[in-house]
Amino acid sequence: MAKLETRGLMKSFGATPVCNGIDLSVAAGEMVCLIGASGSGKSTLLKCLNLLEPIDDGMILLDGDDISVPGLDPQPIRQRIGMVFQSFNLFPHMTAAENAMLAPRRVHRKTRDALGPEITALFERFGLADRMDHYPDQLSGGQQQRVAIVRALAMTPEIMLFDEITSALDPELVGEVLDALRDLRETGMTMVLATHEMGFARELADKVCFLDAGVIREEGPPEQVLNAPREARTRAFLKRLL
Amino acid sequence: MQRPVLTRRQAYEARVRRRATLVAGGSTLGVLAALLILVPLAPGWPAVKKSFFNTQVFADTFPGLLNAFLLDVAIFAWSAPLIFALGLLVALARDVRAPAAYPLRLFAILYTDIFRGVPVILVIYLVGFGIPGLGLPRPWNSPYIWGTVALVLTYAAYVSEVFRTGIEGIHQSQRAAAASLGLSNSDAMRFVILPQAIRKVVPANMNLFIALQKDVALLSFIGPVEIFRQAGVYKSLMANFTPYVGAALIFLAITIPATRYADYLMSKQLKARS
Amino acid sequence: MRPLTLALAATLFAAPALAQNDCAAGLTLDEGKLTIATGNPAYSPWVMNDAPESGEGFEAAVAYAVAAEMGFSNDQVVWVRSSFDEAIQPGAKNFDFNLQQYSITPERDEIVDFSTPYYEAAMAVLTRKTLVDGGAEASLESLRGLIWGADANTTAVPMLAEVIAPEKDPLLYGDNADVVEAMKANQIDAALFDLPTALYLSAVVLDDGVILGQFPADRSESPDAFGLLFEEGNPLKACVDTALASLKENGSLAAIEAEWLSESTGVPVID
Repeated sequence: MAKLETRGLMKSFGATPVCNGIDLSVAAGEMVCLIGASGSGKSTLLKCLNLLEPIDDGMILLDGDDISVPGLDPQPIRQRIGMVFQSFNLFPHMTAAENAMLAPRRVHRKTRDALGPEITALFERFGLADRMDHYPDQLSGGQQQRVAIVRALAMTPEIMLFDEITSALDPELVGEVLDALRDLRETGMTMVLATHEMGFARELADKVCFLDAGVIREEGPPEQVLNAPREARTRAFLKRLL
Repeated sequence: MQRPVLTRRQAYEARVRRRATLVAGGSTLGVLAALLILVPLAPGWPAVKKSFFNTQVFADTFPGLLNAFLLDVAIFAWSAPLIFALGLLVALARDVRAPAAYPLRLFAILYTDIFRGVPVILVIYLVGFGIPGLGLPRPWNSPYIWGTVALVLTYAAYVSEVFRTGIEGIHQSQRAAAASLGLSNSDAMRFVILPQAIRKVVPANMNLFIALQKDVALLSFIGPVEIFRQAGVYKSLMANFTPYVGAALIFLAITIPATRYADYLMSKQLKARS
Repeated sequence: MRPLTLALAATLFAAPALAQNDCAAGLTLDEGKLTIATGNPAYSPWVMNDAPESGEGFEAAVAYAVAAEMGFSNDQVVWVRSSFDEAIQPGAKNFDFNLQQYSITPERDEIVDFSTPYYEAAMAVLTRKTLVDGGAEASLESLRGLIWGADANTTAVPMLAEVIAPEKDPLLYGDNADVVEAMKANQIDAALFDLPTALYLSAVVLDDGVILGQFPADRSESPDAFGLLFEEGNPLKACVDTALASLKENGSLAAIEAEWLSESTGVPVID
C-alpha cells in the first residue's frame, strides 16, 4: 500500500483547471520529485496534499485512508504531513528556536523544557546550532530555509512536502539547502518535492513525475524520465531547461 | 604631495548641502521676522494681545491649568487600555467565520459603523447623561464612568478598524505556514497573525491615541473639570482667552512629541518594507 | 391758525426722532436701529419662551424700556444672539449692547464695558426633594457635604469655592440645561444659580426641584450685579446709563422686576 496516493485529483481556481486528474503514488521512505513548467500544477498539488487547498474531485489517501472527505478536520492530518515553502514563511516576530517550538508546544502540548534537547539536536543536525536565537531577518536565505525545514521536522511528520524550496535562493545558497535534503533522505523520510534542480533529482529521487497541464504526463526512475524521456512534451521541457 | 580630503563628488555635495541649509534658515528667519513685525502692526493687535496673550493672566492661571490637566491624563490612562482591548475584540469578532457566530459579526459591523459615524461629543452627551438618567445608583452614575464609556465606545470602533486592516495586511502565506504545521485557526491568529498585525499598526494606533488625548477634553461637557473646563472658568471670570492659549500649549507639549514619534515609527516601517 | 396747528403737529410727531438723536444719534451699529444681543438660547424668566421680540421676560422688558427711554420705538429694536465668548472676544461687535445676566466684575470690565447694574441678584441653591427628605438643609455645614454643580460661565463658580467650599470638587457645565440634566441623572445634588433662574428651574424644568435657600445680594460684600455689556469704549454707554438712571428713578425698573421676578420673597436665607 502506498504511503500517500492521489486518485483522479481535480482542482480549479475559478474556471481555470490546475490539476486535471492527477494519479500520484508515493511509497513509504520514497523520494518523489515533481518537475514541470511553472503553472503545470506542482505547487497546487502539494498544497492539496497538505489540505491547504480543498480538492474539487478525486481523492487523497494517507496510509489507505481517504483524507479528502469534505468536512474532515484538516488539523490532525497536517500534523502528520510537514511542508516547506518556496518563500520560507518563517514567523518574523519569533526567533528560529521559537519558530520551531510553536507548533509542538501548542499542538503536542509539550513544554519548552521538554522540547529543548530535541529542538537543539535538530538545529545542530542542520548546522544551525549558533542561529537558534536569531530572528529570521538576521539569517541568510539558506539559513532561513533550513530553519523552515527544522520547524516542519519538529512536528515529527511522517511525510515531508517541499515546494520549490531553492527557487527563491541566491545560487550560492542552494547547495546548503540541498545538503539538508540529502541528509533527510538518508533518514528514510518519505518526501515529495516540486523542484527545478534536475541534477539533484537525478542524484537522489526514487521517482520523477513530469507534470504538464495538470496531469502527470510521464513518470519513472530519474535516469529514464530525465535521460531518455518517452514523451515529446517531456523532451521539449527538458530541452528548454538546458 | 597632499592627498585631497574630499573627492570631487563629496565636495560638490557638501557645497549643495551648505547652500540648502543657508536658504532654509534664511527663509525661516524671514517668515518669523515678518510675523513678529507685521502682526503687531495690525490695528486690533493691542486688544488681541490683551485678550489672548496676557502675561499676567497666563502666570495666574497656568498652575491651575496644569493641575486640571492631570485629570485629562488620568482619564486617558484608564481609557486607552480599555479601547485597545475592546478594539481588538471587535476586530477579532469581525474575523470569525463560523455561522453560529454570525450575529457577533453583524453586531461588530453595526457597532463600528454607528460609532464611527456619530460625533464623539454626541456620544458623550447621550451616554454620559442618558444612561445615568435611567436611575443608576451612585457611584455607578458617575460622569467619569459614563464619559469614559462614551470615549471607549467611540475610539474602540476606530481602533478595531485599524486592527482589522493590520490583520488583513498579514500575508496569506503566514496563515498557510501556520496551518501546515497543524496549528488551529485560533492559535494561528493568537501566536502568528496578531502579534505581527499589532506591531504593524502601532503608528496608526498612536495617531488615534493622540486624537484621544485631545478628545478627553470633551468629557468636560458632562461635568468633570479638566483642563478645557478649567480654562473656560478662568476665561469667564477674567473675560480673557489667555487661559485657552495656556491649555493649548499644555496639549501641544504632549501631542507634538507623540506625533513626531508616530511619524518616526511610520517612516521606519516604510523603510523596512522597501 | 392752521399753519400753527400743522407746525405743532410736526413738532409733536418729530419729537421721538429728536429724542433718539439726543444721545444715541450716530452711535448705534445701524442708524435708527438699536441692536440688542441675548443668549442662544435665552432662558426664562429673563426671556420667556426664547422669544425676546415679545418683550416678555425681565431682560426682554428691560431692553425695550431702555430702548424707549433712548427714543427707539419697539420696531426699531433688532435682536441678535450671541454666546458668552462672542461677547467678550476682542474686535468689533454685532450688537449695541448685550444682556444675558452678565455679572459685573473688575476683570471683565477691563475687556468690555458694562452699564450701571439693572439687577442685583441673590444666589440660590437649587436641589431636589429627595435631598431635602434625606436631611439636606439651608446651613453651610449641610451644604458642604453635597455634590455641587454650576454653570461654568457664571460667578456661581467662585462663590461656590469661597462661600460654600464643598468637600468634593464641583462638576461644571456649559449651560443651565446641562446642569439640570446632571441633576436629573443624580450626578449632582445641588446647583448654585441666581435666584430668578433657580426659581424658574425649580418651578418649571425640574419636576421635584426645590430652592433650599438664598444668599441675598444685600448681605454680600460684592453682590452679583447684572449689567448691559458693551464693546470696550462704546460711547453709547453714557446714553444707556442715563436711560437706566431715569428708569430707576421713575420706578419703571422696579415695576418690571415686580412683574417678572416677583416670586423671590419667602426663600429662606442661608447664614
